[in-house]
Amino acid sequence: MDLATILIQLLNSVQYGLLLFLISSGLTLVFGIMGVINLAHGAMYMIGAYLAYAFVEWTGSLGVAILLGIPVMLIVGIVIERFLIDSLYSRDHLFQVLLTFGLILILNDIQSILWGNDTHGVPIPDMLNGSISLTDNMSYPVYRLAVSVVCLALAIGMYWVIQKTRLGMTIRAGASNREMVESLGINVRTLFTIIFAAGVALAGLGGILSAPLSSVYPGMGDNVLIICLVVVVIGGIGSIKGAFWGAMMIGLVSTFGPVLIPSLSSVMVYLVMALVLLVKPRGLFA
Amino acid sequence: MTLENSDYIIEAEGLQVFYGASHVLHGVDFSVKRGETVSLMGRNGMGKTTTLRSMLGFVPPKEGRVKLFGCDVTGARPFNVIKRHLAYVPEGRGMFHNLSVREHLEMPARPAMDGTWRWNFDRVMDTFPRLSERLNHMGSQLSGGEQQMLAIGRALMTNPELLILDEATEGLAPLIREEIWRIINIIKNDGISTIIVDKNIGPILDMADRNVILVKGNIVFEGSSDDLRANPDILARNIGV
Repeated sequence: MDLATILIQLLNSVQYGLLLFLISSGLTLVFGIMGVINLAHGAMYMIGAYLAYAFVEWTGSLGVAILLGIPVMLIVGIVIERFLIDSLYSRDHLFQVLLTFGLILILNDIQSILWGNDTHGVPIPDMLNGSISLTDNMSYPVYRLAVSVVCLALAIGMYWVIQKTRLGMTIRAGASNREMVESLGINVRTLFTIIFAAGVALAGLGGILSAPLSSVYPGMGDNVLIICLVVVVIGGIGSIKGAFWGAMMIGLVSTFGPVLIPSLSSVMVYLVMALVLLVKPRGLFA
Repeated sequence: MTLENSDYIIEAEGLQVFYGASHVLHGVDFSVKRGETVSLMGRNGMGKTTTLRSMLGFVPPKEGRVKLFGCDVTGARPFNVIKRHLAYVPEGRGMFHNLSVREHLEMPARPAMDGTWRWNFDRVMDTFPRLSERLNHMGSQLSGGEQQMLAIGRALMTNPELLILDEATEGLAPLIREEIWRIINIIKNDGISTIIVDKNIGPILDMADRNVILVKGNIVFEGSSDDLRANPDILARNIGV
């Protein structure tokens, strides 16, 4: 590999890692703080991508799709948490697994009814539909850079909220000792609704941003869910910082792995997860 | 009745509480007036913590009522009871391992019922100088005594009308215990009503305006510290001291 190829692969891995972080951060918050295993997180990503397709078809603008898609996903998150998840907090994890698995089937059917089973494409906005030259014969797409910038800005924003605001302190406290948060007169139920809705919105935003990079197709969230679970386990359940570094690690491994050791490319991320768990059984930042 | 006009901060009437088939409280009546310090005594497993948790909504009573400033809050969720100017320092201190000392104090801060901030960050620092040296330490990095001070300081940051202390001196070294009693005295002199559950009878009798003794989920004594000092057999029979 020459230097330019390494640079492009590095940019790809950072972009993929940042997008993975965006999706995984919601999963790790919901899992770590609420103790809910949301298997439908990948399906939320898929719904986000389909919303991008629908809104771009309707308005012609990905920006408008983002502005409309995020509130829609927030509402979806609030409705699911209030009417479905809320009754399962005191139950065994198996009930949550069954419920959220059922949600995958329902969301897949809704997607099939609303948009059919064809594969769709979402065009890259004209403003971002170019490339930046890295060398005489190598360039990098502007849209991928823009996605990285958006994800990085969101990562910094999330870090600021979690580390510097009272809401963030309360969220972290909830991850540590939920009953004590309630003992301080704070409504944990509302906190959980906010966290779940934010998690769903982040997954949806991941889907919207991914839509122009890949096709929009049925079941596209399944693989994303598995990779996000790997990221959450590597980073440590409930840790935003862990999700960030776990996602960057998976981004690097997924991009460089197939180039450096092609024969192990399909199992590389799982090997990394196994190695991390051998050294730190609770994940890097739990 | 408005919150401000009631003489009683909290009133529990006829609390009947069960854990599964186990009948833990048998019609407990318990109340605290404004400015009053009340002790709740009894051997382990007699229902002291259950009485507190039942009044706060963590363990809803099967029968009985709980009133806060005259308003019925029976069956209300704990946050909804506690946010109405109560503060609860549970047994075990309830530290957040991932929050610093400063964050423990800033996170729950809210004004008193009259909108003032009698207790704020600076006053808590003045009252607990040891904490001011540990502001960036995580809750789990503190000693037991420092954790207890932080738990009380955190509760004071909510500017409560009633502070509930469950086993605040348990497991602490004698010198630290003395320090905690000194702080509880400051809180009492500040006019904050207090419920104290503790095994150190001497300081409790010095501090409490009224004492309640629980045996097997029943109240067997209610009276002043002078009454208890005059009848040591009551303590010997029911507490074992």
